[in-house]
Amino acid sequence: MENTPTPMTADAVLDREFLEMRAKILELAASFDRLDRGEGGIEDDRRMELIREALKLLEDPHAGRAEKIQLLFSREYSGSWRNEFGI
Amino acid sequence: MYYIDPHIHMVSRVTDDYETLSKMGCTAMSEPAFWAGFDRGSADSFRDYFKQLTEVEPKRAAQYGIQHFTWLCINAKEAENVELSREVIAMIPEFLDCPNVLGIGEIGLNKNTKNEATIFLEHMELAIKYNQQILIHTPHLEDKFQGTKMILDMLTDDSRVDPSRVLVDHVEEHTVETVLENGFWAGMTLYPISKCTPARAADIIEMYGPERLLANSAGDWGPSKPTAVPDLIFEMRRRGHSEDLIRQVVYENPIKFFSQSQNFNFVRPDGMPVQSMQ
Repeated sequence: MENTPTPMTADAVLDREFLEMRAKILELAASFDRLDRGEGGIEDDRRMELIREALKLLEDPHAGRAEKIQLLFSREYSGSWRNEFGI
Repeated sequence: MYYIDPHIHMVSRVTDDYETLSKMGCTAMSEPAFWAGFDRGSADSFRDYFKQLTEVEPKRAAQYGIQHFTWLCINAKEAENVELSREVIAMIPEFLDCPNVLGIGEIGLNKNTKNEATIFLEHMELAIKYNQQILIHTPHLEDKFQGTKMILDMLTDDSRVDPSRVLVDHVEEHTVETVLENGFWAGMTLYPISKCTPARAADIIEMYGPERLLANSAGDWGPSKPTAVPDLIFEMRRRGHSEDLIRQVVYENPIKFFSQSQNFNFVRPDGMPVQSMQ
């Protein structure tokens, strides 16, 4: 598989996407505020744990963050599934 | 730019969509059989659906200069009903000689259950027996990674399956590499919320190159956008990618993949026929 690098420089990507990234972070911040205002406790909810882990992955200095976050939200695969199903 | 949408469910769309797609450069499309939003009660219901896919939709598309192709199966969601699935699989050969049928699809997994896997394997047998290409649905969200790996296990464990004649659809960042590494074609589905956005699809093209990669809208009755492929074209142009690269993904790659089906009698808008490789 031969990649086809983006023709855009990092500066150009940032120029184009800064406001969009800012808006997405604000949406997340507002979602957390909304959760705080809601009644009831969600601290033990597995989904919140996943979201916190995903936020940490955003700070990963290495590429492949999207793939890592996809895997975080995925069910595990077992190579012996055919034996378990008997097929 | 001319393009082909390799995965769209036009039975769920209004005729105005055909007109819009035609105006945006869509010259052909392929429509895999899928879930209607409810579980059907009998094989006869599928017979009527297959008639719609092989008789009605090609005529509706032709009114707008679009060539319509299709794939037949019972989808993964209804495959949980094994008895009904076997009745439908037994009926499919009646339709395989229809002029717009490209193969068996979209077969796959939904919740990655034993029944779904059983019916997937029986669809595979059908495709092998009748020398048909295969189009595959991979599950959504948390089930996608596990389900895609299970599907690849079933395909690669059978030496009779030629990966170059199989399209694995709905790939994302965590599944695309293994699909391509195993020699299969990979389809990126551009959805407004779930699956891939045009920007992330362009990222995948940049990371893995255009070989054996397709892009589709999978437009259906749910939240979806039938004009999503032009959105990808626009995104790639904004990034400065060449017209040749874009054309390869949205036009030449679908032609190359579909040409392996004996029924792909596609005529380019310039009038040049594309010969089937079968």
